[in-house]
Amino acid sequence: MSSVEAVVQVSGLTKTFPRGNVTALQDIDLRIDAGEFISLIGPSGCGKSTLLRVIGDLIEPTAGTVSVNGKPAQKARADRDYGIVFQEAVLFDWRTVAKNIGLPLEMLGWDRKRRQARVQEMLELVELGGFGDHHPWQLSGGMQQRVAIARALAFEPALLLMDEPFGALDEMTRERLNLELLSIWQQLRSTVVFVTHSISEAVFLSSRVVVMSPRPGRISGIVPIDLPYPRTVDTREEPRFFELVTQVRELLRHGGEQLLPEEEAALGERS
Amino acid sequence: MATIAAAGSRGRRLSFDAAQRAATVLLVLVALVGLWELYRLVWSSAGWTWPFAVNSTTMPHVWTILKAFGEPAQVNQPSLATILFHKTLFTAKEAVVGFAIGAVVGFAIGVGLAHSRLAQRGLLPYIVASQTIPILAIAPMVVVWVNPKLPAGLQGWGSVAVIAAYLTFFPVAINTLRGLQSADPRALELMRSYAGSPWSVLWKVRVPASLPYVFSAFRIAATASVVGAIIGELPSGLQSGLGGAILNFNQYYSIEPQELWATNIVAAALGIVFFCVVVGAERLVVRRPPEVVE
Repeated sequence: MSSVEAVVQVSGLTKTFPRGNVTALQDIDLRIDAGEFISLIGPSGCGKSTLLRVIGDLIEPTAGTVSVNGKPAQKARADRDYGIVFQEAVLFDWRTVAKNIGLPLEMLGWDRKRRQARVQEMLELVELGGFGDHHPWQLSGGMQQRVAIARALAFEPALLLMDEPFGALDEMTRERLNLELLSIWQQLRSTVVFVTHSISEAVFLSSRVVVMSPRPGRISGIVPIDLPYPRTVDTREEPRFFELVTQVRELLRHGGEQLLPEEEAALGERS
Repeated sequence: MATIAAAGSRGRRLSFDAAQRAATVLLVLVALVGLWELYRLVWSSAGWTWPFAVNSTTMPHVWTILKAFGEPAQVNQPSLATILFHKTLFTAKEAVVGFAIGAVVGFAIGVGLAHSRLAQRGLLPYIVASQTIPILAIAPMVVVWVNPKLPAGLQGWGSVAVIAAYLTFFPVAINTLRGLQSADPRALELMRSYAGSPWSVLWKVRVPASLPYVFSAFRIAATASVVGAIIGELPSGLQSGLGGAILNFNQYYSIEPQELWATNIVAAALGIVFFCVVVGAERLVVRRPPEVVE
């Protein structure tokens, strides 16, 4: 493990919002290695989205440090080291699907020809090959979210930050997109930090699930998911899947304080 | 094939909508003319004098007004329609230039205000105050200040265009500011994740998001620019435009009221044409979901 480079290193992170004096995050330590798929899960108000935004340098920490790819988060953002996907697709209505995906490439100063080639590649990757000339409002919610993923991945960032990207979709679409996301992740060998409030989604996708508790937001435990990749529709029906779901649910319910000693030890080993 | 068929039926539906809309507008016009004549008939036959006595001076017949277009306003002159046509072109020129100046200045002010809270606090009250001063009080000063500096080709009408701009910049500035602020906060977060410069945030997110707001200001500014041009002609002593014609026909109202009415109709038509041009431009420029388009 030590030979693998840390993509994200969070140390002693605290974030308080002056308005209402809310402590969103307190003393967070987290190391994410290259190629990991990490889910942040917890009840609302546990600071999981805040943690994601601090990693992306979209908000600044009150105390502690965050480094991405060995650089301060601010430098990593300036270097465009990560792509981000929000709960809503946040596509621009005035741009076609292809131009939405090409937006980050424009920001990077790519010329038109290179942009078009890459956009076409990304459209194929998210299986929207024929939809480049459509406008966002002509697509379903699931298709829009796939466009958002294509846009986030267009410039091949090493790190993908996802803030409840499938939270607004129906369950069938969500499960299909989970599978697609896993196959994309394995093709691109990127690192993913994924915020969700669905336990089964977190277990299904992740290599590790980070369970958080609210007021103040802190990490109550980390559950390594030892289900083998590639995961399929059948993975959700395996006994081990249910065991891990139960483990995460227990951790969520007890806030990490009432774990049995052997469970604690098992968690410690893995993380 | 399916998309082509869909596009075809969409085109047909659009032209059907347009025909329906035109029919509605025409129907209302006919109804208004009918009401006008009905009101005349009832009030004059009953002899009612409230709120005013109805006769050929206060309310000329619609056909008298229409007939006036074909007749010369003064002996040995071309028909009123010909004269008004040239005056309309003159006023339209002032209004178009005034609209353009007002739109550019208003947009620039909106952008400036959107980027500085201090400017918003400090300047916005004065921008609002500028519109509480009647245009008739400003116009003579503009003529005195601006006219001497204009080259020969712009003399006279150039300062009227500036007066029209004075009326048009305001709604554009206010709506641009509001439109720029309407950008989706998550879109701004997305741009921040790309380490986008303020310039690229402005042109790739804020300005496109502001366009629906800017265009609704342009609709107001389009009609305001015509009003500004007509009123601006009065203190300028210009005889070549609709403002001059209105002033002139005003003096002969008791003898030939139909000429003032005819001029007013033309002025209104000019405003409507401007408005429609802006709406047409908006259709071409602003891309948004069809549900949002009224």
